[in-house]
Amino acid sequence: MRKLSVELQGVSKTFHADGQSVRSLDDLTLRIEDGEFLTLIGPSGCGKSTLFNLVVGLLEPDEGDIYLEGEICRERIGRVSYMPQRDLLLPWRNILDNVIIPLELTGVPREEARGRAQSMLPLFGLEDFANSYPSALSGGMRQRAALQRTMLAEKKILLLDEPFGALDALTRRELQGWLLEVWRRFGQTVIFITHDVEEAIYLGDRVAVMSPRPGRIVKIVDVPLPRPRRQAMITEPIFSSLLAELLEALGVTI
Amino acid sequence: MDSRDKVIQPRSTRFWHEALPPLLLVCFVVLVWQTVAVRSGLSAFILPSPIQVAQATYETWDILLPAIGTTMVETSIGLGIAIVFGVVIAGVMDISNLLRRSLYPILVASQTVQILAIAPLLIIWFGFGLLPKVLVVILICFFPLAVNTADGLASADPDLVALLRSMGASRNQIWRMVRLPAAMPSFFSGLRIAVTYSVVGATIAEWVGGSAGLGLYMLRSKNALATDQVFAAIVVTSVISIGLYTLVYALERAVLPWYYTTQREEHWEGAGIY
Repeated sequence: MRKLSVELQGVSKTFHADGQSVRSLDDLTLRIEDGEFLTLIGPSGCGKSTLFNLVVGLLEPDEGDIYLEGEICRERIGRVSYMPQRDLLLPWRNILDNVIIPLELTGVPREEARGRAQSMLPLFGLEDFANSYPSALSGGMRQRAALQRTMLAEKKILLLDEPFGALDALTRRELQGWLLEVWRRFGQTVIFITHDVEEAIYLGDRVAVMSPRPGRIVKIVDVPLPRPRRQAMITEPIFSSLLAELLEALGVTI
Repeated sequence: MDSRDKVIQPRSTRFWHEALPPLLLVCFVVLVWQTVAVRSGLSAFILPSPIQVAQATYETWDILLPAIGTTMVETSIGLGIAIVFGVVIAGVMDISNLLRRSLYPILVASQTVQILAIAPLLIIWFGFGLLPKVLVVILICFFPLAVNTADGLASADPDLVALLRSMGASRNQIWRMVRLPAAMPSFFSGLRIAVTYSVVGATIAEWVGGSAGLGLYMLRSKNALATDQVFAAIVVTSVISIGLYTLVYALERAVLPWYYTTQREEHWEGAGIY
């Protein structure tokens, strides 16, 4: 077994608001290996985003421990790179200046940061848009920029929260293939949240299924498809049987 | 359809496209005014014609010019201080909810006090010079600036703030990179309101107790029943206000190019906002 990258051990989190308490995560345990691509699916409101906020360090668990690269970790802010569903580009910065934000925050001088980002733009298909404002770009292009920004943080762990959720089906397929390509080059550990079961199988080394609130992991399946993945693989029998297994775990009647 | 496929009009065509309708309307109104003033047989001190107003402007130009200067000085100083003051107040209100809740009612209350009642008091306390006029301008102008800037600061996307925090951004970095730029469009909206009020504020203060300026010119003309000169002062005041407004608008477009992208304007145009 490879080295563990992220480990959540018996993590629980309850939110209190307006005199009510909502148990978002309940005794959740999950281990992700170094360099693994794990996809996470679950019904709406099952606490997936809470899970991310915990790993990122924006929240602390009520119970349980979070390990990063084998150590219990309380100061997690800045160790994990997080990409939300919305691209959240700054409208007042052009694409180049948007993607360098993580470098700028760690004190890299702007000119140097621009230089480093510039050479990476072609990989993200953004070389013609360096000086454009985000409002001039399509949704797919904006997500590419958001992903480059996430990558430039140069963290070993990436949390992607439904990054393609708002895109049309065609653009989504295109970006899935391209994401895998980028991931192959950089080799980070990825946790990828999605609502789309096919997407989860197509991208992941393993797929984890969460229960409705309070969220916990109810099933983890290995995806035995070889890499690099091809769109044609979604027609293979193994793909269909995984799809059926996962849909059943989600409680969808098939 | 992709907005980038559209043919973008050259700048000059665009200008005429926007400026021509209001210009034509103004010409029409002046024409009607001229006709009514001449045909109705009303005496010039009740309704002077536009031509008489233009004549009065020309004949009293030697008095008008220094008056304009005085009013402009008061307006600029007052506006400048109001900008600093308004932005600082907005920043303070942004620090904590408690400060916001404490300050907001006082800000609103300050606007319910009649300027016409306050202005003479300021004259009694601070004399006939520059200070009371500047104070009136500040009093009128800081409110839209403070309120708009405060709203702008509060409008920053919480998800964006959370994302930057997850990258390890400090409070100061978030302020500089997110909150402040996000507040700029609102700040400029406030500034546009403030500049249009500022000249009027200075003029009122001069009217109530001034030793110079457009307000005093207006007051003396009124007392002398020189209605044409009153109109001359009104026109001059309006022209200055419109000039300042245009200046702020141009500045805004230069400072916030991201806010005035071609796509957005075409979108506005399509939605009938222009």
